[in-house]
Amino acid sequence: MIYLRLFWEFFKAGLFAVGGGMATLPFLYDISDRTGWFTHAQLADMVAVSESTPGPIGVNMATYVGFLTSGVGGAAVATLGLVTPSIVIILIISAFLQRFRDSKYVNAAFYGLRPASTAMIFAALLLVVKAAFLPNGPALPDWRLFALAAVLLVLTNHVKATKKLHPIVFIAASAAVGVALKLAE
Amino acid sequence: MLKNILELFVTFARVGVMTFGGGYAMLPILQREIVERKGWATEEELTDYFAIGQCTPGVIAVNTATFIGRKRFGVAGGIFATLGVVFPSIVIISLLAGVITQFSELMWVKNAFAGIRVCVCVLIANAVWRLGKKSIIDKWTAGIFAAVAVGAVFTKLSPVAFVLAAGVCGVVLRALPGKGGAAE
Repeated sequence: MIYLRLFWEFFKAGLFAVGGGMATLPFLYDISDRTGWFTHAQLADMVAVSESTPGPIGVNMATYVGFLTSGVGGAAVATLGLVTPSIVIILIISAFLQRFRDSKYVNAAFYGLRPASTAMIFAALLLVVKAAFLPNGPALPDWRLFALAAVLLVLTNHVKATKKLHPIVFIAASAAVGVALKLAE
Repeated sequence: MLKNILELFVTFARVGVMTFGGGYAMLPILQREIVERKGWATEEELTDYFAIGQCTPGVIAVNTATFIGRKRFGVAGGIFATLGVVFPSIVIISLLAGVITQFSELMWVKNAFAGIRVCVCVLIANAVWRLGKKSIIDKWTAGIFAAVAVGAVFTKLSPVAFVLAAGVCGVVLRALPGKGGAAE
């Protein structure tokens, strides 16, 4: 029974949260209030942890809440609940998209949509930049963070030997630099 | 068929395990794994999927995985690509769940993520630059980019509004004689 309720609660979150992982957050607070499966404090911890583990944040949160409630089975069921609406909706849209791919109007719409999509990703980038460079609010940011960013920009764009490396190489190297220089302290 | 589905699952599990910090951080990884390494989608298609993913419900990473999976191997492809992208999360979070609060308080974890966050910024910035070169192709698309960027940063409007408005702009601009009319 608990599995069914978990699935249903996260199904609703997945169905109504539009605009990416963090949009799931208000739904999770609501689930917490109504079910008492987890506390607001646990949710806040989870947001912090989601930023420190791989994977989409919404999925991480569903997994964590499912696990707290009823172990690994709960983790799997909550996550499946969250992604089921997406899968169904995208499969439908994608079938239409394929059929209308050659339509003049669909092409024209995407001519306008692509720069808009790029702009929305750009806006999201600014939030990521804020979290990375101003982790303590408006306090003066650490200059070493900017130095690391500058080095990475050069290595990923202008150095022939390194710019074709896989992104995960730069992520791993940056983690090592963070630990070596104690960047968070 | 089974081998293809397995390849899809494993590829998206790789993407899932390498995505630190939410759906947008997935973009540079997708460019490398899906566009360059596998050739399963083009940069333009990726931009389209993100546009649709932003105005449909659910996690963007999942929406994008479903799109690419379906394009490769139909409905089963869509489902298995999505299962692949969430699989690492389920395993990692379940393993860490008992010690999760302590984990994020560890000093070396905090230090490592201070570095990783900076790197993710740079990688996303590079990805946006690449998408921009493909999507901002004339003064009209540059105008749409500027308008939506300002709107998304300074207003609380839903992404749905921007996507609908931009789609309508595209159709109208293409219909104007001589304006962006050079159809692909």
